[in-house]
Amino acid sequence: MITGTIARISGPVITARNMTGSRMYDVVSVGRAALPGEIIRLEGDEAVIQVYEDTTGLMIHEPVENTGVPLSVELGPGLLASIYDGVQRPLPALYAKSGNYISRGIMVPGLDRERRWAFTPVKKPGDRVQTGDVLGTVQEFHLVHSIMVPPGVSGEIKTITSGEFTVTDVVCTLADGTEIPMLQRWPVRKGRPFVKRLDPEVPLLTGQRVFDTMFPLVKGGTAMIPGGFGTGKTVSEQTLAKWADTQVVVYIGCGERGNEMTDVLTEFPELTDPRTGYPLIERTIMIANTSNMPVAAREASIYTGITIAEYYRDMGIDVALLADSTSRWGEALREVSGRLEEMPGEEGYPAYLATRLAAFYERAGRVICAGSEEKTGSVTIIGAVSPPGGDFSEPITQNTLRIAGTFWALDANLAYRRHYPSVNWIRSYSLYLEDVEDWFSEKVARDWYQFRGRAMYILQKEIELQEIVQLVGPDALPDKEKVILEIAKIIREDFLQQSAYSDDDSFCPLEKQYWMLKIIIWYYDAIRAAMRRNVPLRQLLSIPARSEIARMKEQRDLERLKKLSDTVWEQTENLEVQTCSTAA
Amino acid sequence: MQHGSLITVEYQTVNYVSGPLIFVERPKEISFGETAQIILPDGEARTGQILDISEDVAVVQVFEGTRGIDSHVTTVRFTGQSPLLDVSYDMLGRVLDGVGRPRDGGPAIIPEARLDIAGMPINPYSRDKPAEFIQTGISAIDALNTLVRGQKLPIFSGAGLPANQLAAQIAKQAKVLGEGENFAVVFAAMGITYKEASFFMKEFEESGALERVVFFLNLADDPTIERIATPRCALTAAEFLAYTHNLHVLVILTDMTNYCDALREISTAREEIPGRRGYPGYMYTDLATIYERAGRIKGCTGSITQIPILTMPDDDITHPVPDLTGYITEGQIVLSRDLFRKGINPPIDALPCLSRLMNLGIGPGKTREDHRNVADQLYASYAYGRDLRRLVAIVGEEALSELDRNYLKFADHFEKRFISQGNVERSIETTLQVAWELFSLLPDEELKRIKQEYIDRYRTLIISGG
Ligand SMILES: Nc1ncnc2c1ncn2[C@@H]1O[C@H](COP(=O)(O)OP(=O)(O)O)[C@@H](O)[C@H]1O
Ligand SMILES: [Mg+2]
Repeated sequence: MITGTIARISGPVITARNMTGSRMYDVVSVGRAALPGEIIRLEGDEAVIQVYEDTTGLMIHEPVENTGVPLSVELGPGLLASIYDGVQRPLPALYAKSGNYISRGIMVPGLDRERRWAFTPVKKPGDRVQTGDVLGTVQEFHLVHSIMVPPGVSGEIKTITSGEFTVTDVVCTLADGTEIPMLQRWPVRKGRPFVKRLDPEVPLLTGQRVFDTMFPLVKGGTAMIPGGFGTGKTVSEQTLAKWADTQVVVYIGCGERGNEMTDVLTEFPELTDPRTGYPLIERTIMIANTSNMPVAAREASIYTGITIAEYYRDMGIDVALLADSTSRWGEALREVSGRLEEMPGEEGYPAYLATRLAAFYERAGRVICAGSEEKTGSVTIIGAVSPPGGDFSEPITQNTLRIAGTFWALDANLAYRRHYPSVNWIRSYSLYLEDVEDWFSEKVARDWYQFRGRAMYILQKEIELQEIVQLVGPDALPDKEKVILEIAKIIREDFLQQSAYSDDDSFCPLEKQYWMLKIIIWYYDAIRAAMRRNVPLRQLLSIPARSEIARMKEQRDLERLKKLSDTVWEQTENLEVQTCSTAA
Repeated sequence: MQHGSLITVEYQTVNYVSGPLIFVERPKEISFGETAQIILPDGEARTGQILDISEDVAVVQVFEGTRGIDSHVTTVRFTGQSPLLDVSYDMLGRVLDGVGRPRDGGPAIIPEARLDIAGMPINPYSRDKPAEFIQTGISAIDALNTLVRGQKLPIFSGAGLPANQLAAQIAKQAKVLGEGENFAVVFAAMGITYKEASFFMKEFEESGALERVVFFLNLADDPTIERIATPRCALTAAEFLAYTHNLHVLVILTDMTNYCDALREISTAREEIPGRRGYPGYMYTDLATIYERAGRIKGCTGSITQIPILTMPDDDITHPVPDLTGYITEGQIVLSRDLFRKGINPPIDALPCLSRLMNLGIGPGKTREDHRNVADQLYASYAYGRDLRRLVAIVGEEALSELDRNYLKFADHFEKRFISQGNVERSIETTLQVAWELFSLLPDEELKRIKQEYIDRYRTLIISGG
């Protein structure tokens, strides 16, 4: 084992001497307190190390031991419903060892060593297997967890046993003597292998109208949610964690508030997945490096999360990874880089920021998984971005923009007036619209795309008209433009706004989204038709159905909602009769 | 702060002084983060802390500043310990300096414990959700941006705006409904004037709460770098009172902008790459180690609620100090110069305010069933009224419909009657009552954010009652 000594300590970064033979990203144990760290630069016999714990108390000349392995996570049954720190130490285990505060130098494995899992083989002795092949399964809550041949391993099965095992027990041996337990390790900084990337075509549904209908995301895609403080990034991430239609969700609280992790921890066990009826916590894995936890572990937390996500993907599962906030990760990178006295790029970020960001988002994707069976799985990444001063021109936002397929721009002015989600409908976009068009027209309705397009048009038109209003006042507009303002208002208030805290509306099924929008657009068409028959606009805007439109969100009965579309037509047509009869 | 007693080596190797930092050569057996005692040529003793060590040199920040330190006679002793604070229940009622030494002429604190001022991160798994409504008696807070026990809710102020009055009013009036009190206040001053500090003392004295308060005072003419330690000392005392003595502690930290400036001074002296406006890139993390020390812990009856106060330079909310604070705290109360000029008191600008924990503290059984809806409606209507003001400035009021004119009126009344309340304390019922009175300016159909049943219940109440 390579053992060196500490030569310099500067916050979370230390330099060790006599480290010849070390490799980049090797995990080291620093000092007598055995603090975990990772080599991030090698220069001659010196290694620069980022330490995952507070370095207070370390001294020059204390020993540094290289473990010879890169920073890795443990993969296997027992990940679901766990909450980990940035380097995969289970927080409940840390609590058991050190109480309410996280003290240093505690090593706890990521997966429980005592717990036994019932393993059911699907292969038999004599079968030839390769990387990614499913050897057998374990029931992890409601998920059938595939135990797969680890990357780089293949051969003929000699023994494979069913029964109750711990994660480290050998469940299968190969003819060449290789022993395979359920637990695998994988270095976090390297993507797990797969066969082939697929084009996205299936939307990732979230139950949020502004996302699903207006700016859809796809399974295997990437989305960014930038916004100043208080605009709703965290609520969006948590809402997505609740309602995304994936089997597994990885939630990374990266440099954010402790109480927000508590939220997830206390709320998710009580909420049920609207699609399966099971508690949400049972499909969720949480990684918490809160803002007051060591900064180097913040950098690692993102990789820990994505590696776990890839592992489930490899089983042929759809996984959503939520990272709140990627800016804190970037800042951790900057802080460490600053301590290394590297040449700073824009706003002090290291020059490799863009590459690192891209490499992270590249790990999203829908793929044909490794293995001889046909499996497709996906990892979707949804990253919150926290631009300083809410100014999107800063490096993290700009670099992420180049990569992300969906851009959900949050807007402080909308948040100030409590328009939530505060997604700015003019600034936001989805590059996946065309990819999902077929899916929507097949699964929802042929005219989905058309209604969406018309709604967007009305919203865009509203902006233009508002500019005119600002100059000449609202009365100067002709009726046919006033209608647009009114309908745009309905779209904003009665469609786009969606409270995450509403019992009736926090999750809106896709079909309901479609009907809500359709009714609004039909109302628009009905008004225009009636206006051609000279029905006064005032009357058209005050038909009783309008207040029903305003309460569509609360309507849980889809059939009744659908009837509203007829009501809208009837009431506008009735008006014509009335006006005719009064005229007669 | 205290130092350990086993002093082993003395160094007379200060070879370089830069701003608040000294560079000590050839240090041995010293540890990162430990405190140092620096003895000046005239015998004065100062306290420092190690920020960086290599085999050749240790960088030490000196809390009291480096004036008078020379490179021949000055000696440095390392204490082997990180900065500690003596804490005791008897701190209540005491006035201490910025690092916890008596400033009131009273006796030394007899320690029940000696704690590291840096604190340790709370395991997120151990946190308990804040859930109890604190009635501050201020409508703009109680109705719109409710404070909850264990929350960190800062006041974003501007130079000359009455943030102190507001904070003092909150500290005086804050109560949790239907509960006997077991409270304490820890007040940390960083670089504020003597006058400001004595204003708070007087306020506490008048309300008879002085013996429930611990003051940590680093005033404007006290050493700048000491400000780095002041909030940490204050929170260490607060944690001790909350988690050892089961008190509900309200911590007021003022002015965080001065704290951040001290941080910037050190960073500059270390020649670090400056971030926005010269503040260090790690300021977010640094502030988090202060603000995240608010909250509740499972199994503990005590709690820590924080009200940091900061001055937005140039009233600019995007300045790094308010910006990074807002990214960490659980909302913000923002004061507005415009409203102040209009005579609105407190001049709280509702729109950029936020309480992220509000939903945990309101609703039936806590405040009232219509609370959420009322708040949302007030926001929506006020925001619309404010938009109209801009429009009116261009096209004149005549161009507006009657409804829109009512919205304008609503916005005015909202500021004058709802936000502005002077020194009067309002119960949550009164606050909601005022809100419903304002809603009478608008027709029912406009109250879209409010459930029909609440409109039926509370609107009639107003109309028949008023
Ligand atoms: N979809 C939503 N529905 C209702 N309220 C929301 C929604 N999004 C945000 N909010 C409100 O905005 C506040 C701030 O949101 P948050 O996600 O914490 O902001 P950020 O993470 O961007 O700082 C929340 O506490 C909540 O009151
Ligand atoms: Mg957030």
